[in-house]
Amino acid sequence: MTQTLLNLLAIAVPLAVGFASLFAFTTWLERKILARIQNRIGPNRISLPFTRFRRLFGLIQPAADGLKMLAKEDIVPRDADKLLHLLAPILSLVPPMMVLCLLPLELPYATAGMRALQAAALDNAVLLFFAITSLNTLAVFMAGWASRNKYSLLGGMRAVAQMVSYEIPLVLSAAVVIMAAGGMNAQAIVEAQRAQWFIFTPWGLAAFLIFFIASLAETNRSPFDLPEAESEIIAGYFTEYSGFKFALFFLGEYLAIFAVSGLAVTLFLGGGAGPWVAAYPALSCVWFLAKIFALIFVMIWLRGTLPRLRVDQLMGFAWKFLLPLSLLNLFVAAAALKLAKPWLSWPVGALVLYGAAVALSRSHRADAAPRTYSYAE
Amino acid sequence: MRLLGFGILKGMAVTLENFVRSYFDRDRRHHLFTKEYAWEPGAPAEVLPARADTTVTAHSRNFPILLHDGADPMGGIRCVACQICERECPPQCIYIEKDYDEQGKYIKRPAIFDIDLSVCMSCQICVEVCPFDAIVMDSQFELSTANRFGGLLQHRDQLLKSNEYYHRIHPEEARARDDRMAQEKAEKEAKQAAADAAKKKAAEAKAAAEIAAEKSKPEPSAPTAGGAA
Amino acid sequence: MSAAAATAAASYSLVRQPAMETGLLEVSMGPHHPSTHGVFRMDVRLDGETVVALKPVFGYLHRNHEKLAEGMSYLASMPFTDRLDYFNSMTNNWAYALAAEQLLPIEVPERAQYLRVIMAELTRLVNHTSLVGFFLNDLGALGTPLLYAFRERERILDLFEQASGARMMCNYFRFGGLRCDVPEGWLARARAVVDAFPRFLDEFEKLLCENEIVLARTQRVGVLSGAQAVNAGITGPMLRASGVNYDLRKVDRYGIYERFAFRVPLGSAGDCYDRFMIRLLEMRESLKILDAALRDIPTGPVMGNAPRVFKPAASETYGRVESPKGELGFYLIADGTTKPYRYRVRPPSFINLTVLEDLCVGHTIADAVVILGSVDIVLGEVDR
Repeated sequence: MTQTLLNLLAIAVPLAVGFASLFAFTTWLERKILARIQNRIGPNRISLPFTRFRRLFGLIQPAADGLKMLAKEDIVPRDADKLLHLLAPILSLVPPMMVLCLLPLELPYATAGMRALQAAALDNAVLLFFAITSLNTLAVFMAGWASRNKYSLLGGMRAVAQMVSYEIPLVLSAAVVIMAAGGMNAQAIVEAQRAQWFIFTPWGLAAFLIFFIASLAETNRSPFDLPEAESEIIAGYFTEYSGFKFALFFLGEYLAIFAVSGLAVTLFLGGGAGPWVAAYPALSCVWFLAKIFALIFVMIWLRGTLPRLRVDQLMGFAWKFLLPLSLLNLFVAAAALKLAKPWLSWPVGALVLYGAAVALSRSHRADAAPRTYSYAE
Repeated sequence: MRLLGFGILKGMAVTLENFVRSYFDRDRRHHLFTKEYAWEPGAPAEVLPARADTTVTAHSRNFPILLHDGADPMGGIRCVACQICERECPPQCIYIEKDYDEQGKYIKRPAIFDIDLSVCMSCQICVEVCPFDAIVMDSQFELSTANRFGGLLQHRDQLLKSNEYYHRIHPEEARARDDRMAQEKAEKEAKQAAADAAKKKAAEAKAAAEIAAEKSKPEPSAPTAGGAA
Repeated sequence: MSAAAATAAASYSLVRQPAMETGLLEVSMGPHHPSTHGVFRMDVRLDGETVVALKPVFGYLHRNHEKLAEGMSYLASMPFTDRLDYFNSMTNNWAYALAAEQLLPIEVPERAQYLRVIMAELTRLVNHTSLVGFFLNDLGALGTPLLYAFRERERILDLFEQASGARMMCNYFRFGGLRCDVPEGWLARARAVVDAFPRFLDEFEKLLCENEIVLARTQRVGVLSGAQAVNAGITGPMLRASGVNYDLRKVDRYGIYERFAFRVPLGSAGDCYDRFMIRLLEMRESLKILDAALRDIPTGPVMGNAPRVFKPAASETYGRVESPKGELGFYLIADGTTKPYRYRVRPPSFINLTVLEDLCVGHTIADAVVILGSVDIVLGEVDR
């Protein structure tokens, strides 16, 4: 009993503490990267108090931000639904926390007895992952509704429509991997990629791209950040949140990014696989996190580049582009897995998928194209 | 028709280039342009003021100051309280009262010269209309104060700065102004000298004419002389 | 509501669900809203996210500019014109100086004429760079295009500061010339800025002009036909984006613009994309003017023989320039004293804003924000 409890703590505490501090680091990273993309310097001021460490590249900035958030007044609108207003940020934090337990993260101090060092090594991990993450929609809509603010409500409505739509391509692209691995156990999926990561197959690459795009929408990241579009609806569903409740939303959002990136790493990028893992099993965890951060870098990079889509375009993109493509990809994957000559899978698969994507692009973007202009003397 | 997303990739190439170049760009002027104040490293040398202090650049203007020559502020004050700037000031932020001595005689200097910096909009009209080169623009910008009402109301003695200070903050402009003043002064003196000479000449001529008249007309009962008396 | 807006609203039918009580959502966007470019308010009525009606509300920044000007000397209004459209103080100055110089003719020296053109075209660069940056911000880009634009704008503002002492409130023009000459080495610095500028434009075009999201968000959004634009008195890049060839630099040839070879880019669709692109293309033409002006500028005085007291005889005049936002005009009535009897500004942003409802009805709320961004308003000028 105590051993089980200790094991549980050994897993749960690093997850809770580790990812919370990774969240702080990621906010710093995001601000730094965005700043550099925009030719700025980014946070570089806060020094460690009582020490001679001045500045430290602004690494202490998240701590200062957190302190500020804690110290701020918690404002609840007079007409808000106070209970739901309080529950929404908590609910937005719980699902990402739970799904983090499902990631096949092998902690550095893994012993033989604790081989599967995910908190919950379930056989249906992937299914549970999608089941739990869809709870997030509820939290967002709850916040939008409870705030009794028109912008919040608009943001909540947008979030529901968006998350429900993008869940389908997300699941369909993950289904490809489940087909290939023959199960939904996260460990088993990683094991199945020992020979070749799934991203290095044509259907795997297509599924990864669809998955990545859909996960951007699922986590409200640019260019799909409509629920919190600040130039249109102030801050969307968390317009009326301040102080620590706001920080909780923020934390929940970043944990969701970790979770969904972690799932992408599990499904397509071979989990903790990487050079020298066989010699030093502790590296597995490092590789896993490195891959997550590589994906997060791309997310930040996209955020620094792209404007935002409009609601109807966002929905059209999910239903008219991603959905048909991911359905087709299912067939391509099935055919490729049963193909007698495996070397054929690349040319044929790539051709079919690329052709379909181009055809869908054509119908999707209609006549939006750069123009040429005339001049008057 | 290309695949959806090529335009986006092109844009991403631009941002990635900016990201990478921000670390490796040698002169750091194009890809990392943030600077905190103009005197921080990286500011172009030609705009830097002679002394850093809290001046932004050698060309910036902020709020007006009064100039004095020499060491004694009130001894060398240039302002004669003519009140032209008070009349012309667009936001009406200047208030002047003339100074009088014990006999009630106007001595050419201000008793009160207030500028309300919370109203002033740094337009420099006062500098242009001043015929005595008494008011110029400062470039001090750290003026925050705890007192909202009185703190930004600058009085005569706070506004008075030496001509040397002016040379320090706006060297080019100050030199040009001094040159022009010297030239004007020289012109004025020359004019004065010429006027004096002409007067003298006229007086001499008159005297000579009178002597000549005396000689040619010996009668003492001249009507002009009687009128003058 | 105008005719076009009425037809747009009529063609748009509300979805009625008999079983549910649905209604329109009234949202008051502003005056404190991230994308209203100052203190501007749009009272929008939404069906879902679609704009059914929109009422622009302004006046939050009213400063009584015109009436104040009637109570002070002609010169004293000059610094206040800086505050009209605070991105373009130089062209505002020029429009006012032009009007005043028509009241009391003063010969403007050659060098001052050239410097006026240089300043005005640099101002156009400043305005258009900031506009395209803010426009992309309204589209939801997280500041990157805006900061690239500000990077270039900063260099031009440095030039303004070196010439006039202030970065934005320049107050540099005077009746009959300029307040002072540019400092030594300024022309070389300006040349360096102008020469480096095309690099920024190339980068910007690469970043945005083919971006599918930008295309999808801006094309066929907020279409303004040429006839409608003329009817509403729209001027500037917004009018030219609708395909109407009307540029005061070509029509009036004020200053010395007839000496420079430049072209006027014209749009065809009159949508947000055209309004965005026309500004990018205009910057290239401005660079041509700057190039020639910096090459040909002579030496000499910068101030004509202006009287010490500006006191025009009783008369009236209208002076106008092509400000970056459109036709900026000053209508002055002199009564023989040192103060104008009547002083009236024709603000381009205000008049360009009048078609906002026609452009927005039928689009979504996200488009309304983008359309407002593409109109290019500055509240200092709208409210005066």
